[in-house]
Amino acid sequence: MAEEIISGQLEEQEFSINMGPQHPSTHGVLRMVLKLKGETVKEVKPQLGYIHRGIEKMTEKLTYPQIIHLTDRLDYLSAHILNEAVCLTVENAIEVEVPERVKYIRTIMDELNRIASHQLWWCAFGMDLGALTSFFYGLRDREKILDIFEESCGARLLVSYNVPGGLMNDIHPNFQKRVKEFITYFRKKLPEYDALLTGNPIMQERTKGVGMLTKEQAIAYGVTGPSGRGSGFSCDVRKHQPYSAYSKVDFKEILYPEGDTFARYKVRIDEMWESMKIIEQLIDNIPEGDYTAKMKAVIKLPVGEYYQRVEAARGEFGVYVVSDGNKTPYRMKFRSPNFSNLSAINLMASGQKIADLVAIGGSMDFVIPDMDR
Amino acid sequence: MKFNIYDFSSFTSSFDQLLMENFSPFWAVAIEMVLIGIAILAFYAIVGLYLVYAERKICAFMQCRVGPNRVGPYGFFQTIADLIKLLMKELIPIKNADKLLFNIAPFIVIIASFMAIAAIPFAKGLHAVDFNIGIFYIMAVSSIGVVGILIAGWSSNNKYSLIGAMRSGAQIVSYELSVGLSLVTIVILAGSLQLSTIVEGQRDGWFIFTGHIPAIIAFLVFLVAATAETNRGPFDLAEAESELTAGFHTEYSGIKFAFFFLAEYMNMFIVASIAATIFLGGWMPFHVGGWEAFNHIMDFIPPFLWYIGKTAFVIFIMMWFKWTFPRLRIDQLLTLEWKYLLPINLVNILIMAFVVLTGWHF
Repeated sequence: MAEEIISGQLEEQEFSINMGPQHPSTHGVLRMVLKLKGETVKEVKPQLGYIHRGIEKMTEKLTYPQIIHLTDRLDYLSAHILNEAVCLTVENAIEVEVPERVKYIRTIMDELNRIASHQLWWCAFGMDLGALTSFFYGLRDREKILDIFEESCGARLLVSYNVPGGLMNDIHPNFQKRVKEFITYFRKKLPEYDALLTGNPIMQERTKGVGMLTKEQAIAYGVTGPSGRGSGFSCDVRKHQPYSAYSKVDFKEILYPEGDTFARYKVRIDEMWESMKIIEQLIDNIPEGDYTAKMKAVIKLPVGEYYQRVEAARGEFGVYVVSDGNKTPYRMKFRSPNFSNLSAINLMASGQKIADLVAIGGSMDFVIPDMDR
Repeated sequence: MKFNIYDFSSFTSSFDQLLMENFSPFWAVAIEMVLIGIAILAFYAIVGLYLVYAERKICAFMQCRVGPNRVGPYGFFQTIADLIKLLMKELIPIKNADKLLFNIAPFIVIIASFMAIAAIPFAKGLHAVDFNIGIFYIMAVSSIGVVGILIAGWSSNNKYSLIGAMRSGAQIVSYELSVGLSLVTIVILAGSLQLSTIVEGQRDGWFIFTGHIPAIIAFLVFLVAATAETNRGPFDLAEAESELTAGFHTEYSGIKFAFFFLAEYMNMFIVASIAATIFLGGWMPFHVGGWEAFNHIMDFIPPFLWYIGKTAFVIFIMMWFKWTFPRLRIDQLLTLEWKYLLPINLVNILIMAFVVLTGWHF
């Protein structure tokens, strides 16, 4: 029951309420137990475990190429980036140098994935604020990216395009043309997002000064990704520890010091522009070569511990592998951005209204399967 | 019996005479009441269903979609199919709910909107009752709806419903003021509360044009406040689905849910009708003083179409609001009313009274 989870006694005029696990704005099966006083949120206690699948345990029985297909199922909106994290870990462990072509393609795919993820976030954020039309505009444009994925990877959402050592197969001959078409298309369409939502006075009223998170708090709670950068916390792994082809491209790390919901919103909108810039720099320069390095049939990691972090669409995603020299990992741990980001929700939402809690949740861009694993 | 689409009063009065000649006055009135009741009921159902259809189509076009397109041409019978589905659905009983209040709430909501329709003049001589306090009557009966919403929220034994109902109560009570005061502005100009007199008074120009700036301000305030009073976006806090799942009607199913749903759309129709009648001349064609030929052409369009056209225009604007704007927060909603709309309205009434006293209006 909700009452038992709330800390302390309920005072007069206070009541508790279950938000989730079935609720339209928790974006999945997240259960948040709220202590309310009228419309004001006194306390938020997230309860996890409704979509726990034991993925970390399952990896102990699977080989590394098989694990790729499970990492898709964590943050399904940045599937490609999460696949890459595992691949990079394995490649670093067995010291295989992947061809340049692979690095370029991976980076382009990462950024396409990031744009797609931010588009979906924009849809859902609009919905959380009650602007239902934004949902369809975002999905309309996301469809173009999914079509590009489908052509090259065969899948649209859970792409599983990366394999340790390279890619599953080479890019489709149309890939470059389609990506360039998409960039020209989306450069025209992204200002529409601003016209519909960013400039709207109601939207600004709803988001400015709501859900404050200072830089110190963001660091203390480990809030990374666009949510952390909205508080001025410089945490972009692509900048600080470049992987794949990120060291070769010129892009800005978007930082907004305000720390409110609107700042987090602006970070994501600006990141879409930056991602397009990255793709434009790479798409014409994809080097010729193999799409995969020479790999042994059975991949065995040397005994030891390995860690690799990447910048997923929602923040820093880390893969920690303990290997005992077998073809399966001894233990595998994922550092998922959403779990850490969720921990700050009580700090941000208590004292605000219920509607603000929904806006804050939307601006943090939670993906629940990534928290529960 | 003469039937004239430009003036229904000859038709209705000759029909009344026919009944009076053949029946005793009591039975004549009884038959008239039944017939009018059936007519309004049928009208209510058809308008409600087709407003749902219109909303779905309009929002689809605003969202780069096609909308309903399977049942009938362009999905024209989709909402009828939906209604049949809702009629056949199970009415889920709620544990620990207050049975009586739970069952009575949808009826209160729908009766409130049903009663308001009676006073609306659809065309010349085409209204059920022509009260001499028509505006006052409509304001009064449309306020009953909030009682139904509060009862629904309370009796559902659901905290989300209760929050939704409380929001709705605060919202409607506040915005009723703005709706009432913006109508009073025009009542000052028209000098009457009777809807037929108000429409007649707009023969040479609609009040939004003849009433100078105060009439335009009153129209804008009415549009905002009416959208809020009908619980529609961006003021749909009572059923904010991203916060409260479905607000006060979360626990209702089947036809009881359909009642709430239909009443919401009919309330939108009623406030749009009021806006059309009070500000845009109701069924009165668009006339410009002195342009005889132009006025004559305008007269050729039947009054009923004028009325429908104006109402549809206001409804479209309200739908446009809903599918464009994000939702307000409850404190912002109340701030908007008490800090902005209400003072603007009060000053506006003073200006209007001044304009009318000095005879500056056209």
